[in-house]
Amino acid sequence: MAKLTRRTTLQAAVASTLALPALLPRQAIGQQKPSEIRLGISTFLSGPASVFGVPGRNAADLLIEQFNRAGGIGGVPIRSIVIDEAPGVDFLLGECRRLVQNEGVDVMLASISSGSCLAVAPLAEQLRMPTILWDCGTQRIFEEASYRYCVRTQANAVPEIVAPLLYLMKIRPDFRTLAVLNQDYAWGRDSWAIWKAAMDAVKPGVRVVAELFPRFGATDFSTEITRLLALRPDVIFSTSWGGELDTFIRQAAERRLFERSTFVLPLVESSLERVGKTLPEGVIVGGRGDHWFLHPTAKDTRILKDFTAAYRQRFNLYPIYPTFHMAQALYGLKAGYEKAISANGGSWPSREQLMDTMRGLEFAHLTGTMKIREDGQGLEPMLIGMTKHVNEYPFPVIDRMVLFPPELTMNPIGTKGLDWVRLLTPASVQRAPAEIPYRA
Amino acid sequence: MTLLLFLAILDGLAYAAQVFMVAVGLTLIFGVLRILNVAHGSFFAIGGYVAATLGTWAAATAAAPVLALPVLLLAAVMVGGVLGPAIERLVLARIYTKEHVLQLLVTFALFMILEDVQKLVWGVQPIFQDGPVRALGQVEVGDIIYTAYQLYLLPGVALATLFGLMWFLRRTLTGRVIVAVTEDREAATAMGIDANRVYLLTFTVGTVLAALGGALASPTTSLVPGVGVNMIVLSFAVVATAGLGQIEGAMLTALLIGLGRSVAVYFAPEFEVVIPYIIMVAVLLIRPHGLFGRPELRRV
Repeated sequence: MAKLTRRTTLQAAVASTLALPALLPRQAIGQQKPSEIRLGISTFLSGPASVFGVPGRNAADLLIEQFNRAGGIGGVPIRSIVIDEAPGVDFLLGECRRLVQNEGVDVMLASISSGSCLAVAPLAEQLRMPTILWDCGTQRIFEEASYRYCVRTQANAVPEIVAPLLYLMKIRPDFRTLAVLNQDYAWGRDSWAIWKAAMDAVKPGVRVVAELFPRFGATDFSTEITRLLALRPDVIFSTSWGGELDTFIRQAAERRLFERSTFVLPLVESSLERVGKTLPEGVIVGGRGDHWFLHPTAKDTRILKDFTAAYRQRFNLYPIYPTFHMAQALYGLKAGYEKAISANGGSWPSREQLMDTMRGLEFAHLTGTMKIREDGQGLEPMLIGMTKHVNEYPFPVIDRMVLFPPELTMNPIGTKGLDWVRLLTPASVQRAPAEIPYRA
Repeated sequence: MTLLLFLAILDGLAYAAQVFMVAVGLTLIFGVLRILNVAHGSFFAIGGYVAATLGTWAAATAAAPVLALPVLLLAAVMVGGVLGPAIERLVLARIYTKEHVLQLLVTFALFMILEDVQKLVWGVQPIFQDGPVRALGQVEVGDIIYTAYQLYLLPGVALATLFGLMWFLRRTLTGRVIVAVTEDREAATAMGIDANRVYLLTFTVGTVLAALGGALASPTTSLVPGVGVNMIVLSFAVVATAGLGQIEGAMLTALLIGLGRSVAVYFAPEFEVVIPYIIMVAVLLIRPHGLFGRPELRRV
């Protein structure tokens, strides 16, 4: 056995100091500035929801390139690793573990499916992984649990449904009958539950003449359309999305259903370019937040114009809401890091410092500013409007826009959204801001 | 009530026609080749995508209304004519003698590959081309507006396919050869019939039918990633209920499912999603080999 001398003790101390970074997991080195920020992104790259997932991934590619050209975040470049959440929750959780433990990911952006987010949030706590929920809508995440390592940089299902309802009440307060046609899965059912509870509160006595929930992935709505044509409801509400919403719109237009009922389509902003002017004027439009490429208060800003132009040039499409949700997550992450670095006296923050800073953070993004609440929930206005045909675009634009503030549509911390909407009153409608007309 | 039932029947007939067009190719292939072809859903999807692509091209020409319908058939023949023989010769011909599980896995692998091919070629954004629907116009039944495409063309093509196949299999020499190989491949081969050629022909016809189903669906629906999955699941329900290999049974089952579903939408919408499977379970409990199926004798 070697004799312990002052020289060997010093040698061992130096060697172990040098070897430490390689031996310890990355998270243990709290304050050391990394050579890159490894950003895990879960999104749908396959299956029907890839209509959202791929534009989200595209936005991430574009913005990360822009950020890196400008020096990254705090002088550190970002490298993204994208995983597909389509194979299901078990697969996604396995992939998240792999990203954290094998790839050394620093931050995760998860996910589109609410089921994915409900599963990823507890795992993020377990792994102490800073996670930004970038697109999923379920309000349950921060209502049913408290997370230190998760925040959401967008609103949730409650304002996304309450805002179109208040808009409908403002535009067409005399409606008496309503039918719903939603996809038969969690979002379709949950969004209807929120709408129904809120509608019963702000306008009691509306008769629901049909509750139609065609199977998820349905390719034909002829029978449902015949039923709706025969019933002639004043209002038809649908939170469907993607190819199914496009199909429903086309088939409904071919059979003149739009002439008989007022449509409320809270997610149709993402379909406007695809369905074109098949979608008539007068349809109530939403896009899950405070964003649109012709946003009424941001359309002339350099940042939005440049982004829209770059996105169109690269992908030959206009940006839609998942594009903006991804942008909000990335701008939020950047703002969070920069604030945490500043608060840390210029040193790189630990993941705990980063997440503590994210709460209460107010940051600018492509179409405005948003705030993250103390429970981790993002607050943003809801842009709702009505379709209008103009010559400048081969698809409908949004006219008569109202930006519903979060205090009017989002339940406060400590309350449950579904209980809170039952407390809404007809007076809520009166507090809605004034309409903003479309400007060319 | 009577009017509602009448409307439900009209909707059910149109839906049954669509379902039959997809299931008939699947059941034909199983009847002759004894392979449960999971890739059938991909042929449906690719048929739809090619029809939409050709339709978009046709819509830009001066002869758009005239070309709107022929491009659907052209798409089906192109897809079936290329993919059918290629897959049968290169892949399936090597596994006819293998176990059913392996055949199922191979066709599933084909399905997965073709799903990715679709994304590679057409992307993930929904594609829609409704030229044929617009070309045929609308029909009013009472004060309810239907499209002529849905009310006349789809059921018409389904009936033409049914009777055309029945005539082909029972009245033509080639059809009788196919039936002979289906009944007893060894005896047919001993009598000089080239069974491999029969398999090639049948698989190609089945592929054309699947692609035709997709092409006919394309003017009324958005083509998105995964559209093939949805159709293959429903087709399996139809084929299993009818009895594997039963063409007339497939039509009857498609009618049952189509009418059952549309009556459910009118009178008990919560059952809409499960109605095809309730029918399937009910039939299989009473007749385990399907409505028209019969138990196979085990050869010793």
